[in-house]
Amino acid sequence: MESFFGRHKNATVLAAVLFAQLLGLATQIKTQTDRGSVRLVRYWAVAVVTPFEKGLVYTQDGIKRVWTNYIYLRGVRQQNEQLQQQIDQMRIQQVRLQEDADQARRIQALLAFKEQYIAQTVAAQVIGTSGTEQSRIISIDRGSNNGIKTDMAVITPDGIVGKILTVYPTTSQVLEITDPMSGVGAILETSRLMGILKGSPTGLPYLDYVMSDEKVQVGENVVTSGGDGIYPKGFPIGKVASVGPGRDLYLKVPVKPAAALDSLEEVLVITQVVDKSPDTTNLGPIRAADILAQRLPSVPQQKQPAASPVVGEAPATPSAPGAAQPQTKPPAAQPQATPPAKQPQAKPPAAGPDKSKPNQPVAKPKTPVTQSAPPQGPRP
Amino acid sequence: MNLTYTSREQVEVYRFSWPVAIGVPLAALFLQAFIPVHVYFFRAFDLPLLVTIFFGISRRNPITGLSTGAAIGIFQDALSHQPIGLFGIAKTCIGYLASSIGVKLDVDNPGSRFLMTYGFYIVHQMICYALRGMMGESPAWHWGHDLGLALANSLLAVVLFAGLDRFKQRT
Repeated sequence: MESFFGRHKNATVLAAVLFAQLLGLATQIKTQTDRGSVRLVRYWAVAVVTPFEKGLVYTQDGIKRVWTNYIYLRGVRQQNEQLQQQIDQMRIQQVRLQEDADQARRIQALLAFKEQYIAQTVAAQVIGTSGTEQSRIISIDRGSNNGIKTDMAVITPDGIVGKILTVYPTTSQVLEITDPMSGVGAILETSRLMGILKGSPTGLPYLDYVMSDEKVQVGENVVTSGGDGIYPKGFPIGKVASVGPGRDLYLKVPVKPAAALDSLEEVLVITQVVDKSPDTTNLGPIRAADILAQRLPSVPQQKQPAASPVVGEAPATPSAPGAAQPQTKPPAAQPQATPPAKQPQAKPPAAGPDKSKPNQPVAKPKTPVTQSAPPQGPRP
Repeated sequence: MNLTYTSREQVEVYRFSWPVAIGVPLAALFLQAFIPVHVYFFRAFDLPLLVTIFFGISRRNPITGLSTGAAIGIFQDALSHQPIGLFGIAKTCIGYLASSIGVKLDVDNPGSRFLMTYGFYIVHQMICYALRGMMGESPAWHWGHDLGLALANSLLAVVLFAGLDRFKQRT
């Protein structure tokens, strides 16, 4: 017997090592671990790698910051002027959008419509990846010490990134939407067809469960449906890249992600989402004209000057955005005077910031529950 | 007439210092996790696999080769979300095969290194797919994609192995 093992020592060791690993693999599949629990070996591996990753990322970030903030300041004055102009233009847009938002909230209140608002987010820096195509996960520098929990949604201003998969005290792992294990409730923005966005080994996710007799346009926006209970409704996912036949009676619709998943540096983790009805306490009484504006057929507005006076007035008040609120009241009378003109007027400026689209209110964390705060983009 | 492909030079066994034997695999794992943050396409490479092959063909000891492969694979599994043992098993097999083949082939030639890495990469992927299938998943085999990745890894291996040759110590 000894001679047998002596002669086949290498093969015996190989068989033993493979058997041990197969046994471990089978055990892992048989006993599904609780969500959130972490195997010790994973904990050790992450503990070995992440300090170096963090150190390198922070050093890199520090050097970049010193360079851009203190050394390379060429063209900053010019850029500052351009940004100032942009702020002025956006204030004008804000006044108009504020009106639309107010009206929308009144209508939502009438319908007892409950909406998801992002109450809290945590900004995090991407420090690493799994390093393999078969497992598309990224590591971020925020963990349970920062209030991160599993299954929290991770986003960028451009679109969703994924969800929190594993949480460690100071770091977390995020499962990207391109991973084959990923699934996201999705809806096509225009046609309102629903499906499930699944990841693939090639890195291009696709929309599944769209019936083959439906018409899907290439380039159509895909947004979250909110049905998965992880991603709030209305977040951009991406655009339809192509349409082809899938399995059974379904189409296979590859989707190009909206978020730049190949060059992520910072992400936002949604740590709190609240369901609530829009607050209309400070919006004043609901006027008959507002309701009629929704029911009567709209008349396209012919001329621009209607907006001009408002344009001129808004920047003239050197007040903070919150303080600009009183100025929004006088223009409110204008749409009231010509109610139907309001809708067409609101659409064109929306072309700039996509966030103004009606199905994306959740993309604005800290969306004002009180009127004092204007709508703004996601912030930590 | 010599019918064997093995010459005295080719069967020479190398060893590595402890810092290199531990540091190089750890560096490979770290770089594999860190570089894709900035260079996305680097995910296509499998540095841990290349290091497993290099140590296997250099040491020419199957037990050391499979042990190195198992350790590197399990570490790589731990950094991903897949079950621990998937890469472990695949790299154990590759470590064993590399060590065994290293005795029979001229592994210092860039051409043979290229072909070997190409073959090992395909075998590695096939083992992974087979294991995924055994775990109840239904992985799709993308031939073109995987052959392309095998080519990219083989090219990198030629350069990487030439660099790692400096750490070899003759026994």
